Amino acid sequence: MARHWRAGAAGLAVLGLTLTACGGAKVGDDSAAGSGSSGKCGTFNLAINPWVGYEANAAVLAYVAEHDLGCKVEQKDLKEEIAWQGFGTGEVDAVVENWGHDDLKKKYITDQKTAVEAGLTGNKGLIGWYVPPWLAKAHPDITDWKNLNKYASKFKTSESGGKGQLLDGDPSYVTNDEALVKNLKLDFKVVYAGSETALIQAYRNAEKNKQWVIGYFYEPQWFLSEVPLKKVSLPEYKEGCDADAEKVACDYPVYELDKIVSAKFAKSGSPAYDLVKNFTWTNEDQNTVAKYIAVDKMAPEAAAKKWVEANRDKVDAWIK
Amino acid sequence: MTVAVQKTPTPQRTGNEEPPTPARRAPTVSRSMIVAAILVVWLVLFAVLRGKQTLSLAAADLTDLHRWFNDVNDSIGANRNSNPLFLYFFNEIRLVIDTLVTFVQELISQPTAGRPVPQIGWLGVVGIVGYVSWAVGNWRVALLAVAGFTFLGLQGLWQESMDTLALTLSAVFVALLFALPLGVWAGLSDRFNRVVTPFLDFMQTMPTFVYLAPLTLFFLIGPASATIATAIYAAPPAIRITAHAIRSVPETTVEAADSMGATRRQALLKVLLPMSKRTVVMGVNQTIMAALAMVTIAALINAPGLGATVVQALQSLDVGTAFNAGLAIVVMAIVLDRVTTAASVRADTARGSDSPLLKWRRQLVVAGGVAAAVLVYLSHTYLWAAEFPGEGGTGSTIAKAATDVTTWAQDNLSGLTNAFRDVLTNGLLNPFQTLLTDSPWWLVGAALVALGTVLGGWRAGATSAVCVGLLIGTGVWSDAMTTLASTAVATVLVMLLGVVLGVWMGRSALVDRLLRPSLDAAQVMPPFVYLVPFLALFGATRFTAIVAAIVYAAPVAIKIIADGVRAVPGTTVEAAMSTGCNTWQIITKVQLPMSRGALTLATNQGLIYVLSMVVVGGLVGAGALGYDVVAGFSQGQLYGKGLAAGLAIVLLGVMFDRITQAAARRAGA
Repeated sequence: MARHWRAGAAGLAVLGLTLTACGGAKVGDDSAAGSGSSGKCGTFNLAINPWVGYEANAAVLAYVAEHDLGCKVEQKDLKEEIAWQGFGTGEVDAVVENWGHDDLKKKYITDQKTAVEAGLTGNKGLIGWYVPPWLAKAHPDITDWKNLNKYASKFKTSESGGKGQLLDGDPSYVTNDEALVKNLKLDFKVVYAGSETALIQAYRNAEKNKQWVIGYFYEPQWFLSEVPLKKVSLPEYKEGCDADAEKVACDYPVYELDKIVSAKFAKSGSPAYDLVKNFTWTNEDQNTVAKYIAVDKMAPEAAAKKWVEANRDKVDAWIK
Repeated sequence: MTVAVQKTPTPQRTGNEEPPTPARRAPTVSRSMIVAAILVVWLVLFAVLRGKQTLSLAAADLTDLHRWFNDVNDSIGANRNSNPLFLYFFNEIRLVIDTLVTFVQELISQPTAGRPVPQIGWLGVVGIVGYVSWAVGNWRVALLAVAGFTFLGLQGLWQESMDTLALTLSAVFVALLFALPLGVWAGLSDRFNRVVTPFLDFMQTMPTFVYLAPLTLFFLIGPASATIATAIYAAPPAIRITAHAIRSVPETTVEAADSMGATRRQALLKVLLPMSKRTVVMGVNQTIMAALAMVTIAALINAPGLGATVVQALQSLDVGTAFNAGLAIVVMAIVLDRVTTAASVRADTARGSDSPLLKWRRQLVVAGGVAAAVLVYLSHTYLWAAEFPGEGGTGSTIAKAATDVTTWAQDNLSGLTNAFRDVLTNGLLNPFQTLLTDSPWWLVGAALVALGTVLGGWRAGATSAVCVGLLIGTGVWSDAMTTLASTAVATVLVMLLGVVLGVWMGRSALVDRLLRPSLDAAQVMPPFVYLVPFLALFGATRFTAIVAAIVYAAPVAIKIIADGVRAVPGTTVEAAMSTGCNTWQIITKVQLPMSRGALTLATNQGLIYVLSMVVVGGLVGAGALGYDVVAGFSQGQLYGKGLAAGLAIVLLGVMFDRITQAAARRAGA
């Protein structure tokens, strides 16, 4: 018995040696690996909030930080609230597309002092009510809120209890829609789709099958390059008309999207901080990258590379 | 989100029902008459009092309780750097678990210091997996394991899969560290068992979304939080099944050990544990399955791996990519399930058999170990063995096929599915929901307590009363009633499917073999994957949530009912056949009545599983409690309300569990 076992072991050893001999490239042969990230930048912890527009900002910033500044970029998939939590603990350095969130600003910038603002992204955030293009074309007057009641019955669904349905999306969105419906005396009911995915799918179906859908949406958004939704005009926004959440009866303000970084990161002297601070671009820029990611299904890094190579001048202005 | 919790205990529970005797028919009839009477009274009062005292609360409104939860949450966040509890307790736990996960990750998934690849590359991992599967199971599962893991590489998801595996292994390890001793304790002590059961119920029904955000508060963002969230969720099945295993060791055996003078410790180590080994391994199996089910949810707090791929694909509605990653989770689950199952069987069979191979076993084990070590060495040293070769072409083919199928279904079926949805929503869901949400709260509460008492006895009635009281206390009564309506409708549909397919499977071994793999896959496939196609087919509605819940809950009900039908003694069926019964009569007069215990258990499990999908439903238009929970996770000022909604889901779960279990005991008694 023992002889068999010895023979087996010897056989295996021979096999092992043969395999080793025919080898191939050894781990560590290519010493270039890993040396790219040895700049003075160190680690840059970038939060990734879950929507594609944000991902576009983050992808480009990460690409530039990695390739031009030699940072080691840690991308962390987090919802907004949790990302802000991370400022205080050093787990997150930057949030690079922030929509309003005055409550979070108060909590983390004013009260806890763990975060600071790092300027605008240059993107203009539009929030509002949108209809699919076929509907705006068939009934041009629908893009004025005053005519919505005329069509309310067309928007009825199994969920809206006999009224027209106004579809809202993800719970983290900034929304006054329930108050708006009430204060503008619209014969509509707000139905919560619960996620951006559900909202986009609803619009996609509506355009394809000529269904009646009206709901909450926002720009910049990659989906608009697939289906160019039409915005419905609400009573014009004036400074302070949304001060009392119960009595809102006006459109949403134009949001100047901005960047938030942790207080520690701002003082660290890292070149990544200067990059985040100097970073600005336009809605078109973001939509281009977002389209590469969402529609053309490119990896975020490849999408960022493509855009950066085509827009070297803009990038150079950020890192000058 | 929950995976078959009661898989193993079911046959025992359902196996020994006796045929109902005519004498017991009388009370059953009168009981259903009382139920009918309660419903009639409810309907009459509803017609009179409609719309009064409904306790409804708008989406952004809060109660004092919700604000209090918010304040607690905020003060924890503000004081975490100065509080000694954090500095010396939570931070230490976090450090240990972080070290553990990082260690496993550097071993198999993440590049480590100075190396572009992990310590063990794909060839080494496949070698170890094959070797271990063979050593603890048999050569057939070893082959399956090797094929399965190679497939993960071909899908182009090797690194993601290894990240998921690393997280799963760490979480299961942490969970078992606590679960096995607690399970043994619960098996030995009735009192401890009674104390721990409500906690286990709580851990399993509390939506994971509710504790994800607080966990990051305690353990920060990163692998530690993800591991702990997964471990919390995955531990209960192991505790329950271990306790069950200890309890089911025959009393005579224990007495024999006692009479031979064994101490308690000896009895435990030499008799109880070895004899319950097989079932305990099944508990480990269930824990692994539950941990894998958490993978996509944990991705929301930056857990790396396949879950992250699914969640990211969902943002751009990329069904194909999400399906590819979901399939990888299913493959991994099937491999781990079959290997642990084979291991549990081996624990029993290895001793008795004397095949010629057994003589050589020790040598083979050593030789296999050497071979695995060689593979590990190769994958540590050479790039070709470290990085999975190829571009993952299989993955993109799968993704494309999944996209094509989905697009076809969306284009061709959505008219049909929308009509189906409208019929069921208007005919069944809306009237029922109106009854629940538009009746005064005290009327619904009284009806629930009365029904609980009639169906489950006084004890169940008392539990219902407590749950109703607490539900009102949560401040989300109206949302809870909306959720209750959808849940009830979903459960009815689950039971319809369960009876039809369960009976079919129970009567034919062939059908069973064909259906079972799809049922397994439906349970493990992350719900996030099929949300997009369902949204296209049914729109952002409550009905979409119901369909998603059915996909998840029906497999459990089907399996339990199939087991119940199969357990009906063959002699009884033959006797019925000899008296000239046709197939329909045998099913309705013999097999279904005799598996009544299984039917009630299936209802119980179906309901619990449907409830665990409420949060996912909130993402696709179901609103109510699910939306509240998701909102609490996304927005600071709604945190307290989300927590309250989570508690409400637990309360609904506890109420129905107690009622159906008590009813099952009555049916079985």
